[in-house]
Amino acid sequence: MDVASAKMIGAGLACVALVGAGIGIGNVFAALINSLARNPAAQVTPFAFLGFALAEATGLFGLAIAFLILFVF
Amino acid sequence: MATENPLHQFAIERLIPLQIGGVDASYTNSALMMSVAVVLIAAFVLLTTRGAALVPGRWQSTAEMLYEFIAKMVDDNAGEGARPYLPFVFSLFMFILFGNLLGMIPYSFTFTSHIIVTFALAAVVFVGVTVIGIAKHGFHFLSLFAPHGVPKALLLLLVPIEVLSYFIRPFTLSIRLFANMMAGHTMLAIFAGFVAVLGLAGVLPLAVDVALVLLELLVAVLQAYVFAILTCLYLHDALHLH
Repeated sequence: MDVASAKMIGAGLACVALVGAGIGIGNVFAALINSLARNPAAQVTPFAFLGFALAEATGLFGLAIAFLILFVF
Repeated sequence: MATENPLHQFAIERLIPLQIGGVDASYTNSALMMSVAVVLIAAFVLLTTRGAALVPGRWQSTAEMLYEFIAKMVDDNAGEGARPYLPFVFSLFMFILFGNLLGMIPYSFTFTSHIIVTFALAAVVFVGVTVIGIAKHGFHFLSLFAPHGVPKALLLLLVPIEVLSYFIRPFTLSIRLFANMMAGHTMLAIFAGFVAVLGLAGVLPLAVDVALVLLELLVAVLQAYVFAILTCLYLHDALHLH
């Protein structure tokens, strides 16, 4: 297998990390909706956005590896 | 016309070539965007608060709201004795915010999409916070890695994990911002490339691109907020050792 094809396959595999990001972000907002439904006066929305950013970040670490494989190596 | 490589937007261009003692110190497009960001921030904060009215008008109100937002964040998350570090956190937040938002202008350059820039910012935060912690607590700073009330047998496993997670902070801080900015802009460029190629059906990637622009605006503000709040949390760890 030549390097170019291996790079494509490697980049595709690295993107599987985004599945975790999707599940994590879904969890964060499910918790937000649940908590606001129980107690609409709760000030949890800033924490929801913080949680979203951190969960997205871990998925994007995987995407960064994919870009690294594709365009740097 | 062939679709342009979506990574071409991140290329550094030397606007004013300059060599200082063998080191390439050219004024690049990245430096230009940083200068624009600093000038805009200074103009925004200084000009809007010049009247210093007791009952602020719209512009002064905006500047005050931004300042109070960060001041409250520092007080809540960095705890007691963190007020002296508010100017640093505010400058950091505004710089990253304006950097991210300036990158959303079509044909401009996002200086936070380069790992070296975000790593420089994260390294300043990490080294600064560690120095503050050691200056305040001396040798006792190392108790940060051995939380109180942990059985001795577990410490052998826990301390290396704590040390690793401490030293990984500058990397996660920088890669989070860099990956968000680079991935966002690359996605925008890729979908934009599809629009011209598909002809009439190009309306679909265009709609996706519009939605992505909205998402990227949110991410631009959010990533600046996350960088700042994590700085406050690391400062809290250094000042109060858990």
